[in-house]
Amino acid sequence: MAAVTEPTTRSNPAVDPRGQDRRRASGPSQRRRGVLALAGTYAVAIVASAIAVFPILYIVSASLNPNGSLVGANAMFSSIDIANYVTLFTTPAQPYLAWFGNTLMIGLSAAAGTVFLGALAAYAFSRMRFSGRRFGLTAILVVQLFPQLLGVVAIFLMVTAIGDIFPALGLDSQMGLILVYLGGALGVNTYLMYGFFNTVPSSIDEAAKLDGAGHARIFFTIILRLSAPILAVVGLLSFIGTASEFVVASVVLADPAKQTLAVGLFQFVSQETSANWPVFAAGAVLAALPVVVLFFLLQKYIVGGLTTGAVK
Amino acid sequence: MTLISPSPRRASRRPASAPTASRSLAGMLVKIAALGVLDALVVYACFVLAMDDSWTLLVLVALAAAVINWVYLRRGGLPAKYLLPGTVFLVVFQLYVVVYSGYIAFTNYGDGHVGTKDDAIAVLIEKSLTKTADSPAYDMVVLERAGELSFLVTEDDGTARIGGEGRPLTTAPGAEFEDGIAVAAEGYTTLDLAHRFSRQEEIAGMSVPLSDDLDEGALRTKDGTTAYAYAATMRYDEEQDAFVDAARGTVYRDSGLGAFTADDGEQLLPGWKIEVGFDNFARAFTEPSVRGPLLQVIVWTFVFAGFTVAATFAVGVFLAMILNNPRVRFRRTFRVLLILPYAFPAFLSALIWSGLLNSQFGFVNQVLLGGAEVPWLTDPLLAKVSILLVNLWLGYPYMFLVATGALQSIPEEYVEAARVDGAGAWSVFRRIKLPLLMVTMAPLMIAAFAFNFNNFNVIYLLTEGGPQDISTDMNVGATDILITLVYKVAFGETSGRDYGLASAFSIIIFLLVAGISLIGFRRTKALEEIH
Repeated sequence: MAAVTEPTTRSNPAVDPRGQDRRRASGPSQRRRGVLALAGTYAVAIVASAIAVFPILYIVSASLNPNGSLVGANAMFSSIDIANYVTLFTTPAQPYLAWFGNTLMIGLSAAAGTVFLGALAAYAFSRMRFSGRRFGLTAILVVQLFPQLLGVVAIFLMVTAIGDIFPALGLDSQMGLILVYLGGALGVNTYLMYGFFNTVPSSIDEAAKLDGAGHARIFFTIILRLSAPILAVVGLLSFIGTASEFVVASVVLADPAKQTLAVGLFQFVSQETSANWPVFAAGAVLAALPVVVLFFLLQKYIVGGLTTGAVK
Repeated sequence: MTLISPSPRRASRRPASAPTASRSLAGMLVKIAALGVLDALVVYACFVLAMDDSWTLLVLVALAAAVINWVYLRRGGLPAKYLLPGTVFLVVFQLYVVVYSGYIAFTNYGDGHVGTKDDAIAVLIEKSLTKTADSPAYDMVVLERAGELSFLVTEDDGTARIGGEGRPLTTAPGAEFEDGIAVAAEGYTTLDLAHRFSRQEEIAGMSVPLSDDLDEGALRTKDGTTAYAYAATMRYDEEQDAFVDAARGTVYRDSGLGAFTADDGEQLLPGWKIEVGFDNFARAFTEPSVRGPLLQVIVWTFVFAGFTVAATFAVGVFLAMILNNPRVRFRRTFRVLLILPYAFPAFLSALIWSGLLNSQFGFVNQVLLGGAEVPWLTDPLLAKVSILLVNLWLGYPYMFLVATGALQSIPEEYVEAARVDGAGAWSVFRRIKLPLLMVTMAPLMIAAFAFNFNNFNVIYLLTEGGPQDISTDMNVGATDILITLVYKVAFGETSGRDYGLASAFSIIIFLLVAGISLIGFRRTKALEEIH
């Protein structure tokens, strides 16, 4: 992916004349210590990278290994075959395609909703001055102390009660689940966007206002467009959060065909760990691939968002 | 003059302003359309709620709709127009959830305590219905109207009576007889054999009250052609507000526990939902079968979250430090490899690790340890160690990412100045870099603590909280943290569901996390002021 090697000529002591000077100036014992430290650094970096990468290599290998069990998966890359991927999509006992589609649908809807609702609020906080503004900003943070996760019992009972009157939003309804997730739309994400909107110079709005643009137009065509990176990050973070959410999803969605990947794959693999392992591996690889790719594409923004958002 | 030759300025201005006008008109139309759709949904919802007799909810929904319409149709009040959509969801699915959780924590809501007292009485009478030895038999047919089934029975005196589930027998309208047995009634369809067969289960599950007084018993049938009178063995005595077991003579009274209770403490279930005050909290901290496991779980939750934050911080900062050395080659490659665990969805990683650490077949035991059977996830102590290590694997890249950024923003002059003053590598780190890192990272560490305090996925997907603690009746395991305990108490399959106790635990978590965050953020504020 971004595995680009550093332009190393500058930092390579063998080529760098300044480095050679320094080495000549320092005594041989210090030189040896430097070399030792560097060797140690490489050793640690290589071991750490190996530990970091190993489980992922392992699951990729397991997914390609036609020897169908957990033990069989231990012989890494001994044979390569796509049989597990075929089984994954052709066995009705585990509706993987449905899980994948559900996760995509629920995750994308919740992410889009979160971005939209959060951006609306962030725009108001960033560009307008009104009484209750400070209170609103603080309230959003304070509410986060009680994550939805904690209220899972209340959410379950609420959704059950709603379903008695409106079955379309009750238990086993993905629409209902999305609405529940949108309850968490105003939160840290709003802060991320608020911070970013503040960096868009308000002189741009002023100029647009002079040209006769209304607030809605400024919001949709200027602010949102200039803030595209942060919208992408919030969307991705929210998508990953929703797609890996287990507790609420497992309680609201009971019908296997309606479940998400997190719930479905967990039940699939915990029923019969060894026998289902290779097929699970294939499912895990396919599920992780898009997330990993998107993560590295947006890495720069995500890291920026993580630090500023949490500090504010 | 203007008519004949419009000035160039005006000519150029007009096309510029025209689209704006049409845009705002379009915006207006979108707004009205959206409000229209919303109002249509609200009217539908109110209609359904009225059918359901949920008048309080109806008033709330109508009021909310009125507020929304007012906000968007009036002039001005612009901030509200932008804040309202998110706020609506926040209020319903976040604030209300908090309040409702608080309420449930003060009830006995759970298995056996779901409905109202009247529901419980009806169910208890129905449950106690048994076929008596001299129970009279009635000829009958099954009728259907609008999907609803009814029994048409012929009494001994030849009159036809009709009734259904929850509808006591009454005289049947326009009954038709065949050989003295009523076979059809006006407005109803008689089920033929095939239909009776296909709805057999539903028919066998029905009990039709003989009269308005439930104690008189009810009619049941197995085959749909003969019904028997079933009598209740339990009688509800309204004056005493108690159930009397006719055969044994036991009296079950409503003693305020949410169920009819005999003098020896035996309860009739189902009971009903009542408010129990601080009982759930009192149970949590005084009842030995709850207190012991709960205290263990609280301690482990703190260890888990605390160790995770400390260890991920140490490893993340250490790796960031050594890779910050410009003499190391392939730094970018190393960095990408090191943050892979963060890019990989955590719920999948947890499941993968559960396979790797499987004691019989897992890679760690089979390949790395040459066939040993180390109970990584099944021994109480080792399972905790495994959880901590796996969570370290999952969590250090976040600290690594942040530390890498923070280290690069430390001005080189500070370090140089310290070196000139004779500081070694360690004291440069200890006295210059670490304090500066802490300014950025301390708030993140508090956030990470709060997150890991409720890190359900790692625990549940790796061990399901197990191995099970067999020294207690409670469904709790050695690696359960508070939030997985909430889940098990509320939705566990082995033990009954206890929503009240689970919500009480939720409130306890909330108080703990809120307290810690408050103290933590005060501290970091102080830290920021120092620097």
